[in-house]
Amino acid sequence: MNQQRRSLLKYSAVFGLMASAGLISLAQAQEWNKAAFEGKSLDDVFKILGAGSPDKSAAVTLNAPDIAENGAVVPVGITTTLKAEQLAILVEKNPSALAAQFFIPAGTEPFVTTRIKMGQTSNVYALVKADGKWSMAVKEIKVTLGGCGG
Amino acid sequence: MADPMRVRAAENGGIVDVKILMKHDMESGQRKDAAGKVIPAWFISNINVKANGKDVLNGQFGPAVSKDPFLNFKYKGAKGDKIVVSWVDTKGDKRSDEATAS
Repeated sequence: MNQQRRSLLKYSAVFGLMASAGLISLAQAQEWNKAAFEGKSLDDVFKILGAGSPDKSAAVTLNAPDIAENGAVVPVGITTTLKAEQLAILVEKNPSALAAQFFIPAGTEPFVTTRIKMGQTSNVYALVKADGKWSMAVKEIKVTLGGCGG
Repeated sequence: MADPMRVRAAENGGIVDVKILMKHDMESGQRKDAAGKVIPAWFISNINVKANGKDVLNGQFGPAVSKDPFLNFKYKGAKGDKIVVSWVDTKGDKRSDEATAS
C-alpha cells in the first residue's frame, strides 16, 4: 500500500513538471483542485471554492431522484437560468463532499448531467457560480443501498 | 490504453446536445479487497471537451463520480462540429475520442 502511495506521489510530481514544461495543454493542466476534492465537509469545500455561504436560489435547479435504489449510480443534473461560469455537485455525507466541478465557457449552456456515488442518504447540493457569486439548490436523496463502502 | 468512450452529439435548433459515456472503474479509495486491504483510489480527474478546437466544457471529477462516468451537456453549435473529448486519470492515463455533431 505504501508502494502505491509512493508511486501516486511520483505521478503528481511528474505531472507538475509536465505542466510547467508546457507538455500538457492548458486545459488539462488546469490543476485538479486537490484541496477542494479532499475537503471533508461542506464548509471545507465552500471555503476552498471561495463560496462563503452560498444563498439558496430558485434560479438553480437540481434534477435528481427522491429515492436512489443504488447509491453507486445516482443521476444528478444541474440547470440554471443564471449566467453560470462554474457548476459543482456536493454530497454532504460522502467521505469527501465535492463530487464534481464543471467550468462553463461562454457559448455553453449552464446544464450538466452526470452520475455520482452516494454512501448514504444525504443532502445533495448544486452550486452555481455566476457573476462572481455562488448560489445553490439543495435536495435530499434517500439511498437504499450505499455506493461507497465495500 | 484505456477503453474507448462513447460520444454522441446531436444538433437541434442551434444547440448541440453532447452525451459522453467514459469507460473507467473510478475506484473511490474507500473499497476493500477480499483480503481487507484498501483498494487505492484511481479515477478520472480532469475532462475536457472541445468543439472545432474551442473549449466547450472543462470538468474535474472526484472519486464520488460513478463507475463508467456519464456526462451530458449542451452548447451553442452547428451540425458537423468536430467534438473531441479527452480525459486524464490519477495515474496519468489518457484517452481522447472524437465525434461529429449530427
